[in-house]
Amino acid sequence: MQVKQVSIFLENKKGRLLDALKALARAKINIRALSIADTADYGILRMIVSDVVRAKAALETAGFTVKETEVIAIAVNDQPGGLAKILEVLNNAGLNVEYVYAFAEKQENDAIVVLRTENIELGIKTLTNAKVKILEPKKVYAL
Amino acid sequence: MTDKLIWNPKAECMLPKERELLQLERLQYIVKYAYEKIPYYKRSFDAAKVKPSDIKELKDITKLPFTSKEDIRSAYPFGMFAVPHEEILEIHTSSGTTGKPVVVGYTASDIELWSEVMARALSMAGTTKADWVQNAYGYGLFTGGLGVHYGARKIGASIVPISAGNTKRQLELIKDFGTTILTCTPSYTLYLAEVAGEEGIDLKKSKLKAGVFGAEMWTEKMREEIEKRLHLCALNIYGLTEIIGPGVAQECGEKAGLHLQEDHFLPEVISPETLSPVNEGNKGELVLTTLTREGTPMIRFRTKDITALNRGTCKCGRTTVKMERITGRSDDMMKIRGVIVFPSQIEKALLEIPEIEPHYKIIITRPHQLDELEVQVEASKKMFSDEVRHVEEIKNNIENHIERAIGIRIKVTLVEPKSIQRSEGKARRVFDMRNIK
Repeated sequence: MQVKQVSIFLENKKGRLLDALKALARAKINIRALSIADTADYGILRMIVSDVVRAKAALETAGFTVKETEVIAIAVNDQPGGLAKILEVLNNAGLNVEYVYAFAEKQENDAIVVLRTENIELGIKTLTNAKVKILEPKKVYAL
Repeated sequence: MTDKLIWNPKAECMLPKERELLQLERLQYIVKYAYEKIPYYKRSFDAAKVKPSDIKELKDITKLPFTSKEDIRSAYPFGMFAVPHEEILEIHTSSGTTGKPVVVGYTASDIELWSEVMARALSMAGTTKADWVQNAYGYGLFTGGLGVHYGARKIGASIVPISAGNTKRQLELIKDFGTTILTCTPSYTLYLAEVAGEEGIDLKKSKLKAGVFGAEMWTEKMREEIEKRLHLCALNIYGLTEIIGPGVAQECGEKAGLHLQEDHFLPEVISPETLSPVNEGNKGELVLTTLTREGTPMIRFRTKDITALNRGTCKCGRTTVKMERITGRSDDMMKIRGVIVFPSQIEKALLEIPEIEPHYKIIITRPHQLDELEVQVEASKKMFSDEVRHVEEIKNNIENHIERAIGIRIKVTLVEPKSIQRSEGKARRVFDMRNIK
């Protein structure tokens, strides 16, 4: 049920994000969702891509430090309070959310959100019990 | 591993009393020789009101004036030569990055002396006739290449005179020739290991048994890294152009100090501030006098290298005085907000953190009338995380660790892997951008 996310270290230097995106473009890899965490001197680019293995290889060849992490992709009812309801479930279970970001695409009437909880298995269990729709990795990569 | 091979037991295991007599005899000779042959020494001795005949015992050496790098430079090019150029077989120079280079000349007897001390050094690393010595020090005006070359030739080992650089070729020859002894700068070994990794070459399978590494400062932690990555016994060699080049001192397999060839080079350790001798075993600046050089004899040359000397018979059987690994230079000592910091302290602290790659850069700035010290470290796979919190934690750990080692707060910046320049010779790691007039 866990979706693989690729993250890379971006030095705070002009053109580095572009370099990373170009490396993916050359390998014909589509980015499904992305977010950047930025600090004063570096950033972390996190992405859900169409092909994790090839994306990793392409970025490593281009000289980036790459890390693969597991995250949860969920379908969120696209209306006010949809995401809040889900986060409340995690909050009640005492589970911290490290970060959240959304897909550009929608699936029927649902928005798709990427979640990283501190304990990923427990996160999945808690969400499943609360009947939150968790998306299959295969479906996510092909969105 | 190295064996207990001693190249010249008579000289290296001599009784200390006997050696002192030999040193005094040679010192009296060389002081008189320098005074008579080189106008610079005549002038400087006369100005200090000291005559060669004032040297009656070894400690009288302190009556003589020091010789500095600047003194040699101002005699550029051949003012420090004691013999006519017909007698000179070879010259070497320092890099000359900070002005005119230092020029030294070697007579036939100096080349023989150099070969002898280098044979002693290479023997400490277990080098015999049966070895392949891959010499990756630069050949040329720099003393590293030819110094090792002469020593290996004296032993009768097979030399691969590849010189510096050409990393893929180096790796190919290590593999194809079955190189057993590697000689180069310590920072280059790590670059070799990195490229070996990229090329899929397993250095564990090589025949390398020992390495003689020097020409720049390094630390015990770096030794551990090198030994782990190259699978050999990494030994430290010391030398300098002004004195002869490599071979002034070398570590034996005990790895507990470098045996200084004191039958040829008389060492003293002084306080760089007061210029008086420090007590034995205490740290200070190393001062060397060449006892047997003909071409360019040096009297009380201030090396600027910070070390300490320790006496006593080594487990290897040698009685020569041992100098500690150089921990700094009296001239690359950094003063950060008034606190004295040596780059080697930072390196030592950095390499104690397992996630860190041994490549770093130290940048000193003064943005608001206050010194700032920044250490750039490559974000390796081991320390990188998708969470800012974790990356910040690691950064903080590094900052705290360095602070504990040097006593002041510094800033660590993570940079992308392989973005710090790798060196094939001496690594430049400190960048002082304070621009103080």
